Amino acid sequence: MDLRLPLASPTAAPAGAVPVVELLSADKLFADGNRGVAPISLTIAPGEFVSLIGPSGCGKSTLLKLIAHLYEPSEGRILWWRGAFDKVGRAGRRLAFVFQEPTLMPWANVATNVRLPLDLAGVPRGEAVARVGTALAQVELGDRAGAMPRQLSGGMRMRVSIARALVTDPDLLLMDEPFGALDEFSRNRLDEDLLALSHERRLTTVFVTHSVYEAVFLSTRVIVMAAQPGRIFAEYTIDEPQPRGESFRLSDRFAVRCRELSGLLHAASVASRSVPA
Amino acid sequence: MTPLIERAWVRNALAPLLVGIFVLIVWQAFCVLRHIPPFLFPAPTDIAASLVENLPTLLWALLSTMKVTLLAFALAAIIGTLTAFLFVQSRVIEVSLFPYAIMLQVTPIVAVAPLIIILVKDTFWSLTLCATVIAIFPIISNTTIGLRSVDPGLLSYFKMNKASRWQVLWRLRIPSALPFFLAGLRISSGLALIGAVVAEFVAGTGGRSAGLAYEILQSSFQLDIPRMFAALVLITVTGVLLSACMALLSNLLLGWHDSAMEDGR
Repeated sequence: MDLRLPLASPTAAPAGAVPVVELLSADKLFADGNRGVAPISLTIAPGEFVSLIGPSGCGKSTLLKLIAHLYEPSEGRILWWRGAFDKVGRAGRRLAFVFQEPTLMPWANVATNVRLPLDLAGVPRGEAVARVGTALAQVELGDRAGAMPRQLSGGMRMRVSIARALVTDPDLLLMDEPFGALDEFSRNRLDEDLLALSHERRLTTVFVTHSVYEAVFLSTRVIVMAAQPGRIFAEYTIDEPQPRGESFRLSDRFAVRCRELSGLLHAASVASRSVPA
Repeated sequence: MTPLIERAWVRNALAPLLVGIFVLIVWQAFCVLRHIPPFLFPAPTDIAASLVENLPTLLWALLSTMKVTLLAFALAAIIGTLTAFLFVQSRVIEVSLFPYAIMLQVTPIVAVAPLIIILVKDTFWSLTLCATVIAIFPIISNTTIGLRSVDPGLLSYFKMNKASRWQVLWRLRIPSALPFFLAGLRISSGLALIGAVVAEFVAGTGGRSAGLAYEILQSSFQLDIPRMFAALVLITVTGVLLSACMALLSNLLLGWHDSAMEDGR
């Protein structure tokens, strides 16, 4: 099998809009010889909410880190707004990354944690404080600015982590299984809030998840990945109207979507086993 | 209402106090009832009497020991921290120097002290040097571990946000290292006192630099056992106070840390 063959990637981009991210046969070989992902071609358009889903080892986190520029592709290219990564900041465009863990500074209170990216970028204190207030209000933690991380629940810590991403006013939000460790109730609430936020702020979001339900609820497009080698197995577009809420989650259409996506995921995990590395 | 014994402060302060009083009473009773002479084994009251009688001399000695201890502790904290910062700057530096730090640690100070005392003419500085050598290791090792024990997630977050080396050090490495550093300080404060006393024993100096160890030596030559005990009590009290100061400092600086939460929540 020719790994360099780019997979066809239909995109929801309206004609003429500058895509947020383009992967051009980008792959990742780790130093230990493990292949993170086979050459992948993928285009993400402004305003899309793209979920990456797949069996473990399929490279969804690797793909996300390539998009975040936490990894350099071994071969191929990645373009952000049709340019190289070092042009991202100069054009006033920003990426924000939310990790699996909240990764907060335990010695600093909520407001200081959220202010961190602004402090690192040298934003004047007065402006930074005002933006922190807005970001905390958006994640409904306006009254917990002075709390220490250890005083918060897991869900609240994740909200702080999201506020820290939002405070930079990002154009592209990258999230690596952010709610995986939370109970279902907190996860559903955070999903709803995240969706409302990303819709309201016209964010482009790439979201790694294990959960079919979460992917269907949040995404405009789901990328189903398969392992050995990590690759895009299928794409699944979800053109349900926004805003989505609890009524969508309880609807028949939601159940049908979940069943279809589960089927694709199952096929992907079968394909992951049958293809030799 | 909570029973008295279940309140935290009662348990933490009163219980050890009661044990201490009980031991003192048994000790006193033993000495009085068996008519043990004070030059063999003094009763607590004999020690207290000696302490009061010799108070001016003992306090001067205490002052001398404290000067050595505190200066050595401060030097160990400063030099140890600087060394740790040097170690984390590059693996090469750490690998080349760390064995020598361990050598400093494992060589018994009693064996090195005579050498230092011969080499360094000024008694005060030779004592301080001995105490510093013994107190420095926990600071170096703890601070090095602390500076390295940065949450890898936070480190990638800083790197993603294009944080400078200085920002990573100041905003991430130093706060992460603080609990380790403070634990090192606590161990080191005790060791500085031990180092000072041991060095005084070896130096055996009287005169202006006469410390508590010298008082103990003198008392033992004169078979003044109560005074020996009195000097010992002062050393112990000093050690306890030093340790308590360090604990207080930790609690002040580490309100956020898990170790400060034992009684919380």
